[in-house]
Amino acid sequence: MGTKTNPVGETLAVTAGGALAPVGTPAASVAPVVKRIVPAGRWFAWNLKELVDYRELLYFLVWREIKVRYKQTIIGAGWAVLQPLATMVVFSLFFGRLAKIPSGGLPYPLFFYAALLPWTYFAGALTGATGSVVENQRVITKVYFPRVLLPLSAVFSGLVDFGIAFVLLIGMGFYYRVTPGPWLAFVPLFLLLAMLTALGAGLWLAALNALYRDVRYVVPFLVQFWLFASPVAYPSSLVPPRWRGLYGLNPMAGVIDGFRWAVTGQNPPSVPMLAASAGAVVVMVVAGLWYFRRMEATVADVV
Amino acid sequence: MSAAAISVAGLGKRFRLGERERYVALRDVLARAAKAAFRRRSGGNGNGRAHIWALREVSFDVHEGETIGIIGRNGAGKSTLLKILAGITLPTEGWAEVRGRVGSLLEVGTGFHPELTGRENIYFSGSILGMKRREIDRKFDEIAAFSGVETFLDTPLKHYSSGMQLRLAFSVAAHLEPEVLLVDEVLAVGDLEFQRKCLGKMEEVTRGGRTVLFVSHNMGAVRRICTRGVWLDGGTVRLAGSAGECVDAYTASVEAAAEAGTGVFDLRTRKDRVGSGAVLLRELRLLDSENRPRGSVEFGEPFMLVFEIECQRSTPSSFVGLTLLGDDGTSVLGSHLYDSAEMRYLQAGSRHTISCRVAPNLLKPGRYSLQVGVLDYATWECVDLFYSAGDFIVEAGSGRFGRLADARPAYVQPVLEWKWE
Repeated sequence: MGTKTNPVGETLAVTAGGALAPVGTPAASVAPVVKRIVPAGRWFAWNLKELVDYRELLYFLVWREIKVRYKQTIIGAGWAVLQPLATMVVFSLFFGRLAKIPSGGLPYPLFFYAALLPWTYFAGALTGATGSVVENQRVITKVYFPRVLLPLSAVFSGLVDFGIAFVLLIGMGFYYRVTPGPWLAFVPLFLLLAMLTALGAGLWLAALNALYRDVRYVVPFLVQFWLFASPVAYPSSLVPPRWRGLYGLNPMAGVIDGFRWAVTGQNPPSVPMLAASAGAVVVMVVAGLWYFRRMEATVADVV
Repeated sequence: MSAAAISVAGLGKRFRLGERERYVALRDVLARAAKAAFRRRSGGNGNGRAHIWALREVSFDVHEGETIGIIGRNGAGKSTLLKILAGITLPTEGWAEVRGRVGSLLEVGTGFHPELTGRENIYFSGSILGMKRREIDRKFDEIAAFSGVETFLDTPLKHYSSGMQLRLAFSVAAHLEPEVLLVDEVLAVGDLEFQRKCLGKMEEVTRGGRTVLFVSHNMGAVRRICTRGVWLDGGTVRLAGSAGECVDAYTASVEAAAEAGTGVFDLRTRKDRVGSGAVLLRELRLLDSENRPRGSVEFGEPFMLVFEIECQRSTPSSFVGLTLLGDDGTSVLGSHLYDSAEMRYLQAGSRHTISCRVAPNLLKPGRYSLQVGVLDYATWECVDLFYSAGDFIVEAGSGRFGRLADARPAYVQPVLEWKWE
């Protein structure tokens, strides 16, 4: 059993009897949708049309997560600002004042907060994506939808907190008289890179977590190590130049240097490092999609 | 001429034994891998793990607009079949084709979140069950009205009673309009009133020309709603035909299995017991009025249930009880030793025989399952319980009342006192 590709480019599933049958539907607008259910092959292609059809469910999943997140809290979305703010105060005191870590000519609080913002988003999205499949196991075993929507929704729902915390960043910019420049236009680009990094790693971790609950205990450590491997509390200029390319293989290094530059205009990121980060992200996402898809075939049986 | 809405050919699903455990920890996999490495060296086909086929070689077609009932005992593969057709899990071999938009109702309240309000849950649940947002917008008022909880729409679901949650959930589900609907035992939950409402809605749906695949243990409902039936047994199709044929054949086989019973149920070596084990049930016998063990009794004759128990640890507060279940799983009657006999101190090592006489002219002819157990009066803990110790049959017999009772729908058919005043 498996799949082959026929000369026209259709994916054909080899059924148990050895017969070839087309998978998916030919482009026809009036004919009813025919869904063909066959055993999973080794290569189990993504059905993009289906993903597009399910975009509303993605919207609802994101919506539910945002709705539920701050239910029954007093200050509600205020937590989205309070958490990074408190971290910033502590880090500024210890790393900025006491340890006197260089901050590339920027006031340390601004230097740190500008990095903490994408980092907090990333850490939240990664943790959320990791748990997304297991947390929805009831739904997974009772109804069909493309499972990839679950980690995706975790990646999207973190954007709201990011947006709220971003307002504070603008305030800090005014306070420290750092005027935004045209490079601010690059913010979405680096945010996208952070989203893809969280998705790439989140796909792996979500799939692994469905199989082995050990992952749940590993992720907090992973996030902590990753934090120290990223230029959040220190500038990447502390890393010797010949190691920058290697350092950039951590996509969050590129994201954070880039984001910090985009909002402050200081210390443009090194191009080889950015290139390494972008390359690493592409590899992570492609590999994550592949692995997640393999897991998807059996997830309802094992989760 | 209607096309096949669902085609199933040679469908099979294999589970690794233990695959449906709650979850695997990494160390288990490592240990297994280490073991496998050794096993491979010692020859054999390497993959020595036990498998079970939940489904094997299942083939059938469902035409557009048909309502097909899937019946069979627990573990026959009904739910697995539904899950494969819904796309939740993939088959191991064979294929299936479903034509049209598929909606699956495998439970009531899929996607409900306790923190969300009723209104929010309607949207989310509707969406996850396959409704478009505009469709929900359009049907929202209707869904809310049908649920009867309109006044609580902005209250979080966690403050709803379970009945209200059920009504809201069913209301969402009832407004799904897929071309192919897969339904599993949804009717088995809730009170009678709710079940009747569900059944009514199901009938309405099937009249609407939709293709429906309906898994149920409720033979009456299958007979009433379905046009055709598939009887699954041990993962394979035992019979595919009209709904009536399938129900009759299935019911007959279940009854035949029970008829083979002798009325003596040896419980000593049974593994399906639960409880602390301070007192153990050794044997259960069903005796007729002449003290002969019987697998079936007539409606008009009394019978006796005799329990043999053995006390492992001394206890002052244990008693024997029983519940009779009808063939659709309904609890028909419950009775306990202390209802009419005194409690006794049970000495460790002692054995006792306890009997319970069941009045004649009481149980409607049919098959009954015996749920028996020893419970503790002081702690209400379960000492030794069998969810199903065995089955027996009540036959209509030759008496007038027996034949009358057989035709009536209710389980309990005592002859009550009627008179002209």
